[in-house]
Amino acid sequence: MNRLVPLPSRSLIPERDLDKLPILETRHLGIDFGGLNAVDDFTIAVGRTEICGLIGPNGAGKTTIFNLLTNVYRPTRGTILVDGYDTLGMSTHQVNKLGVARTFQNIRLFRDMTVEENVLVGLHNSMKYGVAESLFRFPSYWKQEKRAREKALELLSLFDMQDMASFQAGSLPYGAQRRLEMVRALATEPGILLLDEPAAGMNPSETAELMQNIKKVRDTFNIAVMLIEHDMSLVMGICEGIAVLNYGKIIAKGTPDEIKSNQAVIEAYLGRQEEGT
Amino acid sequence: MSLLETIFRQILNGLQSGSIYALVALGYSMVYGIITLLNFAHGDIIMVGAYLAWLAMARLALNPIFAVLVAVLGCTILGMAIEKVAYKPLRGSPRISLLITAIGVSYFLENAAQMIFGASSQSIPAIIKLRAITLGGVQIPGTALVTLLTAGASMAVLTILVNHTRMGRAMRAVSEDTGAAQLMGVNISTTISFTFALGSALAGIGSVLYSCAYPQANPTMGAMLGLKAFVAAVLGGIGSLPGAMVGGFAIGLAEAFVSAVGLSAWKDGVVFAILIVVLLVRPTGLLGKPMHEKV
Repeated sequence: MNRLVPLPSRSLIPERDLDKLPILETRHLGIDFGGLNAVDDFTIAVGRTEICGLIGPNGAGKTTIFNLLTNVYRPTRGTILVDGYDTLGMSTHQVNKLGVARTFQNIRLFRDMTVEENVLVGLHNSMKYGVAESLFRFPSYWKQEKRAREKALELLSLFDMQDMASFQAGSLPYGAQRRLEMVRALATEPGILLLDEPAAGMNPSETAELMQNIKKVRDTFNIAVMLIEHDMSLVMGICEGIAVLNYGKIIAKGTPDEIKSNQAVIEAYLGRQEEGT
Repeated sequence: MSLLETIFRQILNGLQSGSIYALVALGYSMVYGIITLLNFAHGDIIMVGAYLAWLAMARLALNPIFAVLVAVLGCTILGMAIEKVAYKPLRGSPRISLLITAIGVSYFLENAAQMIFGASSQSIPAIIKLRAITLGGVQIPGTALVTLLTAGASMAVLTILVNHTRMGRAMRAVSEDTGAAQLMGVNISTTISFTFALGSALAGIGSVLYSCAYPQANPTMGAMLGLKAFVAAVLGGIGSLPGAMVGGFAIGLAEAFVSAVGLSAWKDGVVFAILIVVLLVRPTGLLGKPMHEKV
């Protein structure tokens, strides 16, 4: 089940997703900041229900890749295909509509809004009523608002947060804020959820719960999850495919077992053995 | 007139001009909240609204109701057009470039009005013909009553729009974290455009109400009104909508009381003294949140 199969683009995806178009594919993606190649020749494919990891030392370019995938940055080279569509020239909100949602390394909730309102912002595009309809309180306004509220509560109940709906987002404890960020992202009905260091600042038992939650998200919504993480127990525990990044380049791709024993990866993290001897 | 009557009269005057300041201040505050721009052209939109009302009534002899519609719609479209033409191309530029552009737009509007309508004032026919009503022995002028009711209703509608609709939530999300809102699928351009439309519509309503109280249109009438509304927005806490309302009424009442004690010549001075005091003592305003640097 955990077998990864190479695609023509030299990327790996799980066997069960083989007959379907990858949800996300990048080809020779690269970006320069001034003279620096922040990311270069980044080629991957992510299966529709795959949980994959992006790891690498600090400054390797992981968050830069998330910013490229969401069109926050414009790539210098290469192609991004979301669900088969080239995202070149699209704005960030269009890429989100196409199916890419994300969370942030430093939590970026709408702190002054309630928990429910945060999720409702995620549901922005699933509501269609116009200003006139809301001003004159047409039935379609009530119906859509009511449905969105129900949907928001349903999503919150996924992580047992429905009782916090009316709390101010900024007042939530840290772990709940992280979960709310995931719920808000899920509200946009993504095909792939990008998680930027979801376990940062968590203790081992919270991390274990997070692993369960990530699996739950994948199994409930049948979507792909791509995560950046430094916590190796989490990465090795739930990722099916892993790409290792160093100085903006992929130095290894494979299953957790392959990555663990990969010489280039060990060197990138620990330095070369011969040095100093 | 008894002392009590005088006080009541002045409170009423203060609330009438205060509600107009509040409507204009809301536009300042909303736009600042969403793109951190002090839109100094906002006051001049009121001037254009007053001219539109004058055109509709004095020149085209339209019914006052149509004149109001023309003024409000005209202001809304003008506000959106200014954003599209002058501010949108500067998105991502330093804030000072936007600010200078806003001042430029303000001068442009004033001079364009002077070119088209001439420098002298045009008198606007009475828009509201309502007899004063007597309440507990005190006369309340019709215009004061209509102004208060209209402003109150507008603020209520705005509050509902901002708090309970998808566009309102998008506005609040964008003003808190533009990047995150965008990544959640919120279209920034539409949201900013909508904000300008709302703010300018309120300015349009404000211009009609102002024209009821001071039935004259001249090219620079928006400058002082805009500045005072700006002080109101800062007093309430710029970016905060309840703050803009409170600030507007506070400025209106302060002016009325300065006039009541016989110091009308000091009216404008007192307003700007309030600005200085607020900036010294509580720069975030009455209801503003402490500033935190965006990372």
